[in-house]
Amino acid sequence: MLDLKDISVTFNEGTPDEKKALQDINLTLEQGDFVTVIGSNGAGKSTLMNVISGSQKPDIGTVEIGNKNVTSLPEFKRSRYIGRVFQDPMAGTAPSMTIEENLAMAYARNKKRGLRIGVTKKRKELFKEYLNTLHLGLEDRLNAKVGLLSGGERQALSLLMATFTEPNILLLDEHTAALDPSRAELITKLTGEVVDKFHLTTLMVTHNMQQALDLGNRLIMMDKGQIILDVSGNEKQSLTIEKLLHEFKRIRGQQMENDRAILG
Amino acid sequence: MFFSMFSAVEIGIIYAIMALGVYLSFRVLDFPDLTVDGSFVTGGAVAAVCIVNGVSPVTATILATIAGFVAGNITGILNTKGKINPLLSGILMMTALYSINLRIMGGSPNIPLLTETTVFKMFGDFWSNTGIDQQLNSWAKAWGAEAVPSTWIVLFIMIIVTIIVKLITDFFLKTEVGLALRATGDNEKMIRSLSANTDNLKIVGLGFSNGLVALSGALIAQNDGFVDLKSGIGMIVIGLASVIIGEAIFGKKTIVRTTLAVILGAIIYRIVLTLALKVEFLDSGDMKVISAILVVGALVTPKFIATIKDQRRRQRKRLELQDKAKGA
Repeated sequence: MLDLKDISVTFNEGTPDEKKALQDINLTLEQGDFVTVIGSNGAGKSTLMNVISGSQKPDIGTVEIGNKNVTSLPEFKRSRYIGRVFQDPMAGTAPSMTIEENLAMAYARNKKRGLRIGVTKKRKELFKEYLNTLHLGLEDRLNAKVGLLSGGERQALSLLMATFTEPNILLLDEHTAALDPSRAELITKLTGEVVDKFHLTTLMVTHNMQQALDLGNRLIMMDKGQIILDVSGNEKQSLTIEKLLHEFKRIRGQQMENDRAILG
Repeated sequence: MFFSMFSAVEIGIIYAIMALGVYLSFRVLDFPDLTVDGSFVTGGAVAAVCIVNGVSPVTATILATIAGFVAGNITGILNTKGKINPLLSGILMMTALYSINLRIMGGSPNIPLLTETTVFKMFGDFWSNTGIDQQLNSWAKAWGAEAVPSTWIVLFIMIIVTIIVKLITDFFLKTEVGLALRATGDNEKMIRSLSANTDNLKIVGLGFSNGLVALSGALIAQNDGFVDLKSGIGMIVIGLASVIIGEAIFGKKTIVRTTLAVILGAIIYRIVLTLALKVEFLDSGDMKVISAILVVGALVTPKFIATIKDQRRRQRKRLELQDKAKGA
């Protein structure tokens, strides 16, 4: 479903600040794969997301979605195939517009936008049905401005908006990191449910190792712009945080204390 | 008094269309577009030149609107494709339009239309035969008006045109494209991740905005009986004043309500201006400074009121607490 071939990205090339954000990344996701991505700050996780979504062009390498080369497709065209939830709960919704209007915009993602009314009666019913699955009571507040919702509610709405059109790829960019523990847990649970329901091919970046172990069928660890660990299936099921940290130490052979503090 | 108020409402409702244009760029797209000062005159100039050359006034007005649309498109292209800062794109376009408008007007800074057939005169003959003017004027006199307008046709046409423009704007902002346009001004990153081409939306939105501004310019020129190259100066401030005053007084809860608020804001702005000019030592040259003061007032007052309200609320709570403490 998603094919990254020999992707490299370098920032500030030729200056003292040169940073190899991604180095020869090769990654293939099968239909229905749910991959969690971990790694310390600056490992290249966000750049990887941006390369897939199209907001960052790779220096070299190709991106294919469903055997279609989309490397040169601008972000807004590629987002027909890609749903994305950002870390910032404010980023995924339009605050001065209502819940139903936000959903209507997401609904039009994989269609051509025309001069048809965005929020019709029929669509309202559909939106209510979808909102029901969040169990947050948002279905009774269709006309509320999204800016009035709490961070957790907004993030749940963002998650719904990113997924209910069943995109080919779902990108989750530390989407629970800005929430309090109980809300983060709720969003994590909803994520599992929604990915299951629509069989979405998902890539999730997280700093929470437990979350990375609990969710998904495959886990990759990144460091210095490279994928240093890629486990799936039964091997992933048997992973623990201790094992992961041990793996990291073994591969990189460095002290983990700093990373333990960041990742734990 | 009645007569000057009547004129204020009449002019205000024509400017209301311009104010709706400014609302689209300034509020909906969050794009402070200074093209307005130029495109307003472009509308008047295109309409005047067409009418003088024998084009029907309705066609001339439509062509003027299209000219404004194109001007807005160019500002949008400068901003999105040229990556020029929004404010600067508008200033560049406004400056360029000054020369372009002079070209359109054939090099003369003023074109008179007094002897030409305008949209208002077109319907004027039919209107005066109906006798509605006499009827309305006799009522006005009965209410104590000492001077009455020569005709009510401009007001009636403008009410209809403005309502149509409002309804079209309301509808447009509720369509799928309209929603995406509003989101572009609200959260651009988000709507791009929902596969909307924000560059094109901005270009279309600014076109729509300046199309309305030019339509207003064309109608003002036909109402005034001339178009003047310099008549656009300060137009953006008048538009902003209307938007801000309207929103402050009538609220902005929904789109339908906000567009109505903007129209009423434009009329109130004219009324306040008319009243201000009645003050002894102010003359028409002071209009711009009055406009500026009005905008400042409309911006500062709501926040000032909110602060005072909040202070009172906190004071009340403190007093309640004190009373409770005494009681206990």
